[in-house]
Amino acid sequence: MPQSRFPARPPGPAPAPQGASLIAPLPAPPPQAVAVEVSSNPAEANVLARAQSGDHQAFSQLYSLHKRRIYSLCLRMVGNIAEAEDLTQEAFLQLHRKIATFRGDSAFSTWLHRLAINVVLMQLRKKGLSMISLDEAMEPTVEERPGRSFGAPDPSLSGAIDRLALQRAIDGLPAGYRLIFVLHDIEGFEHNEIAAMLDCSIGNSKSQLHKARLKLREALRTHPKEEGRR
Amino acid sequence: MIEPANQMSCEAFQAQLPELIGSGENAAAHPHLENCELCRALLADLETIAEAARQLFPIVEPPDELWEQIESKIKNDPGVVDAG
Repeated sequence: MPQSRFPARPPGPAPAPQGASLIAPLPAPPPQAVAVEVSSNPAEANVLARAQSGDHQAFSQLYSLHKRRIYSLCLRMVGNIAEAEDLTQEAFLQLHRKIATFRGDSAFSTWLHRLAINVVLMQLRKKGLSMISLDEAMEPTVEERPGRSFGAPDPSLSGAIDRLALQRAIDGLPAGYRLIFVLHDIEGFEHNEIAAMLDCSIGNSKSQLHKARLKLREALRTHPKEEGRR
Repeated sequence: MIEPANQMSCEAFQAQLPELIGSGENAAAHPHLENCELCRALLADLETIAEAARQLFPIVEPPDELWEQIESKIKNDPGVVDAG
């Protein structure tokens, strides 16, 4: 039997630890998506508690634990290093302002990602993209949705996809699709985690990811190779 | 009457795909694919895209100077929100 090649979790640095849970200042996730977690990492829970009480050293430790995933999220969402650095800075500045309000209704990394996602969406709005809110990001217009793939035979992607072509295809996704794709296929979050971050159902997360991959497939079949085009 | 899975239409199979893939089931083993080259190619492409994303875009490290900038901003930031 052929085996599925869809990765459950990308390799590379371990996911950010799921620390003690906290209360998000952002809109509360739907009840079914909220996972109240007892920290499996007492050391991180301790760091978190210290950071919440104003310990600067502890805050810098939290930064070290989560900086890669937050920076990568920002970078893949905006596709620009300088902008990603600014957004990461703003996300951690927001974290510093709000960390005392975190009381554990979701995992800390989920809460932090929600915060960072809002920072990114705010930036996209400033840049004049049509998306205004997370709800709108999650509801691409009819024109933005992928086409159907039954009927006429489609040429397949042949083998390897090059990095520039994929980056360009990701950049061209509607923001909501891009967000789900980055969170799942690049950052390695599971659908239940994404649902908690984005206030959506697990089924919606799966469906949006599928549509994102279909849109990327369309784009990559149109422009399969970008190396040398820039 | 429920149609056998290997006689399922492409439309019906593709409607199930997000859940099949998202739940971690082995979508490639679905009976519909035994006789459907179109859907086999679709699934292979989606797998290729997911793998490429994982391989081409690793989680990256921000520059070291970024923490210094954040620290500087924090020191001058009056906007800390109390737990209440």
